[in-house]
Amino acid sequence: MLIRGLGELCITAGLILLLFVTYELWGTGRYTHEQQDRLGKEMMRSWGSAGSGKVTTERVSLGKGLAMIRIPKLGASYRYVVIEGVSLADLRKGPGHYPGTQLPGEVGNFVVSGHRTTYSAPFNRIGRLTRGDEIDIDTRDGKYVYRITDKRVVDPTDVEVTAPVPFHPGARPTKRMITLTTCHPLYSAAERLIVFGELSAQYPRVTGK
Amino acid sequence: MYALIWRLLPGDRRVKAAVAAGLVLLVALILWYGVFPLVEPNLQFDHGVMNGDAPTSPAPTPSRR
Repeated sequence: MLIRGLGELCITAGLILLLFVTYELWGTGRYTHEQQDRLGKEMMRSWGSAGSGKVTTERVSLGKGLAMIRIPKLGASYRYVVIEGVSLADLRKGPGHYPGTQLPGEVGNFVVSGHRTTYSAPFNRIGRLTRGDEIDIDTRDGKYVYRITDKRVVDPTDVEVTAPVPFHPGARPTKRMITLTTCHPLYSAAERLIVFGELSAQYPRVTGK
Repeated sequence: MYALIWRLLPGDRRVKAAVAAGLVLLVALILWYGVFPLVEPNLQFDHGVMNGDAPTSPAPTPSRR
């Protein structure tokens, strides 16, 4: 009787765990999609309204949408609102910009972090990107086209990749870089996959749009 | 445990089966929408941020699952 009860308990626990894994991988994406929709609309409204007078990208408050990231190689529908901030709560909403690193188009390093799995997994496939691939960033001011220059796997503690000149903290930046960071390998957080890019073109946003 | 629940369910076999299926669904929904969203933030295993101290992620372990 006891053995039987124990067995049933184990099977139940196993099934619940299985359901939980399913939730982790797919259920969490629903939350991200909701937040992306909401923040995307909010951002578009703010770009449309007060956009005429401002020329510089304004500082966005934490947890709000900052820019739109698109990676054509990952599909025409690949687009995410980049959130300002990289706390756990921020990254649940979508890829997040490290506060304190440069903004899109600026000299230095625009650093964005995102989930590789769970929460809609925005950076799931960035491992497939290769040198020369395009990363488009849309902001209130314009469109910035970055081209990938390098890809690395580093330890989670290698914070120098977020420096204005990656791996050379303290050096004076001359290039306009983008850096994407995400987990590596898949389903783990043991290492970080880093994708570097450099600005190759920029276009002003057409006023009134 | 399950034998006891089965015996307590009303009706004949088919009614019992239907009620049991309903109960399973109910438990699954409570877990999915109620319990999991509360539990999940506490065991983040995929956080792609560069962090110096890394208090939550034990770096030497290759996989947490």
